[in-house]
Amino acid sequence: MTLPVELRHDETFVLNLGPQHPATHGVLRVKLTMDGEYIVKAEPVLGYVHRMHEKLAEVAPYAQFMPNTARMDYLHALAFNHGYALVVEKAAGIEVPERAEYIRVITVELNRIASHLLWWAAFLLDLGGFTPLLYAFDDREHVIDLLERITGSRLTYCYMRFGGVYNDIDDEFITGTRDFIKRLRSRMPSLYHDLVTHNIILIKRIKDIGFISAEQCRKYGATGPVARGSGIDYDVRKNEPFSVYPELDFDVPVYDECDSMARYMVRMDEMEQSLRIIEQALDKLPDGPVQAKVPKILKPEAGYYYSAVETARGSLGHRLVSDGGKNPYKLKLRSPTFSNLSLFGEVAEGMLLADALAFMGSLDLVIPEIDR
Amino acid sequence: MNRVEQTKAALEAIFPVEEQEQNESTQVAAEEAVENEPSIERQTGVITTPFEKHGSHLDVLCEPSQVVDIAVILDENDFFLESIAGVDWLKKEQLEIVYDYARYDHDQCRVTVRASVPRSKPVVPTISLVIPGANWHERETFDFYGIIFEGHPDLTRILLPEDADFFPLLKDYMP
Repeated sequence: MTLPVELRHDETFVLNLGPQHPATHGVLRVKLTMDGEYIVKAEPVLGYVHRMHEKLAEVAPYAQFMPNTARMDYLHALAFNHGYALVVEKAAGIEVPERAEYIRVITVELNRIASHLLWWAAFLLDLGGFTPLLYAFDDREHVIDLLERITGSRLTYCYMRFGGVYNDIDDEFITGTRDFIKRLRSRMPSLYHDLVTHNIILIKRIKDIGFISAEQCRKYGATGPVARGSGIDYDVRKNEPFSVYPELDFDVPVYDECDSMARYMVRMDEMEQSLRIIEQALDKLPDGPVQAKVPKILKPEAGYYYSAVETARGSLGHRLVSDGGKNPYKLKLRSPTFSNLSLFGEVAEGMLLADALAFMGSLDLVIPEIDR
Repeated sequence: MNRVEQTKAALEAIFPVEEQEQNESTQVAAEEAVENEPSIERQTGVITTPFEKHGSHLDVLCEPSQVVDIAVILDENDFFLESIAGVDWLKKEQLEIVYDYARYDHDQCRVTVRASVPRSKPVVPTISLVIPGANWHERETFDFYGIIFEGHPDLTRILLPEDADFFPLLKDYMP
């Protein structure tokens, strides 16, 4: 004989979201305490793809860590290359030829567009729209082909070197990039905005969902599109100019609505700004070498060094401590989504489960970068 | 008075006066020391460091008991926490905790706060009650170095498995 099950009104239950869930984009697990369809408490559980890159940095010479940087944020790998190259160049006092810096900016921005396109595709897939994925991957393929041509790889690049880049760009790359700029600009209004951005189904799903106040951003150290969607005008490229960004004219899109739609719009506008940066950098591209003369074994002065760059997801910091030896004594990676995700628990409280998934998508999580 | 000077003045208030005077008289020497060696030895206090070289405007060396007061001051001045890093100085028998702060501002000011604890008793007060974002960063530092953040609401493993019994970033850790 079975007893009738009575659910008390205030009873909660635990629901595991992930680690193998399509909406978590990798292996993130969120332990949800649910009251019906509403979230009472959300606790992200990390570490499923933790590889201890920081220890790997300490046991090999500086140059050998470069391939590892691309294996953290595999969507914006060149920004991680760039950040690591910058901090070591700062510590070792290496001057980079101007042409190399321009090439770095061009490739990093192309990679940023590819990252945003993939985010856009995956975000809409989370929300149940399949068609956008096909459009975004079509465009992304062009970027990947361009980058493959000069870097030799399609996803996990190891393109930057201390004091320059590994390979010069050629005319075919330049023509191809100009064609891509034209192509994305012509497709953006019709395919991206008319089909998706102005679509009432999308607006109903993400407008006024996932409210993050500017104060919450500051308390949790959120950066990138998450902060810029909350009205914070913070972009490392502008606020703390590095490389040749000060010589290029671009805007930082900022939206005040604090919801998922604002974060969506920030990323969509950023793609256009990246196109502007690439266009100007190609026009201004100087002649010259792409690699400075750098000793084979680097031994930076003992000391503390910090360097920040803007990745597609926010401010990436490298905290380098050198003891004067040939290996980094300590390399701490400040990955942007680690901080961005840490406010998920607070914001998701009281949300509907379906809304929390839309909110999580709008944070643009890349799990290997959180877990490192 | 720019942002760096303002922050420096605010932070100097928590260091005792006589110490501060010493700092001012040895300021030039201290700055040279920062450029030449890791300067874990230098006196507690606030010094300015060349941003182009070190990527930080202010370098604060403090006692472990002062990190919360510093976090309160920086929080009131609208700073956010970038990260917390541990450093294992095996030869000196010390673990160092490095806090990085920055602001959402075009008048940039990056602050590095450093405190050292003995390796045999690595205990430092938590700043997560002041800055909730520090919660995960402190858990990560505990995870890798075994540094105890006293008063932390949930000091458990975050990236390593929950049953791990080792601290992998210690220099004498052998897998």
